[in-house]
Amino acid sequence: MSATPFQIPIATRRSATGIPTGRLALWWVVASEIVIFGGLLVCYILYRLHHPEWAAEAAHTKLAAGALNTFVLLTSSLFVVLAHQAINDKQPDKAVRYLWYTIAGGLVFLMVKAFEYTTEISHGFTITKGVFWSFYYLATGLHATHVIAGMISMAVVASGVRKGVHLQRVEYVGIYWHFVDMVWLFLFPLFYIASGAS
Amino acid sequence: MQPDDAHSKHSHPNYLLIWGILLALLVVSIIGPMVGNLTVLLITAFGIAVVKAVMVGAYFMHLNIERRYIWYLLLMCVLFLAVLFAGVAPDVMKKEGTNWQNVSGPAPVEAAHDAHAPAHH
Repeated sequence: MSATPFQIPIATRRSATGIPTGRLALWWVVASEIVIFGGLLVCYILYRLHHPEWAAEAAHTKLAAGALNTFVLLTSSLFVVLAHQAINDKQPDKAVRYLWYTIAGGLVFLMVKAFEYTTEISHGFTITKGVFWSFYYLATGLHATHVIAGMISMAVVASGVRKGVHLQRVEYVGIYWHFVDMVWLFLFPLFYIASGAS
Repeated sequence: MQPDDAHSKHSHPNYLLIWGILLALLVVSIIGPMVGNLTVLLITAFGIAVVKAVMVGAYFMHLNIERRYIWYLLLMCVLFLAVLFAGVAPDVMKKEGTNWQNVSGPAPVEAAHDAHAPAHH
């Protein structure tokens, strides 16, 4: 692909689906992630329904921190979709700015999560404390890993956009980030809000 | 990108408005448990989580203008999850059935209940 600024994004297209290869590949990633996170959450729900006493364990997670992180992720999702809009409007500089805002959102999310982990571990709620906490650390840790992967990918994409290449990747990394946001939308009620559902 | 691609031609919705609605739903999901009713809690927590996820998918991920192929792909994976739940749920959640009884399962649950029960004076 040439490095001409403001060039319309180009990607090889799959003739069977009419979808650019990159975007199609990204959707397959999302589909596989649905099974990974979905399988984990389905197992958690099965156990949670069978263990009403976990409500007492869930009461120790910090609702305010979870709510703040939900706000942060929803806002970062707004930034990345605005970056996509900026690319379509042929404003790469604006898109790069929004991508870095999104990365900053991911950083804030991780800082809040680190604060939560520190507090919980210092109170004795470690990954070996019980099955609830094993699920909690596995699900939120796996999610945090995806946040880190998204931040790194977004920095790479932002670097490309700054050079005027691979502009279509803004949309692709956005789809991934929105999915990570979507997973959190389910983790939040399961581990933070449902403490009263016994 | 080819000119027939809906993703490059579609007009963008008001993302700020959608973000505002998502935040309003977040507030409702936080207030829900304060009502003290289990049904309200489940609706405001999980019902609203589904609504928020659909909104993020439809407007931010642009699934509302995506080709059907992608919908089939994603729904197939969700169907697999439903099969997983339905297939495993009876073993995990039922305590007894025809010619079998789970004698070890209820014990830890009851023990945990006793541990969390308020002390009687």
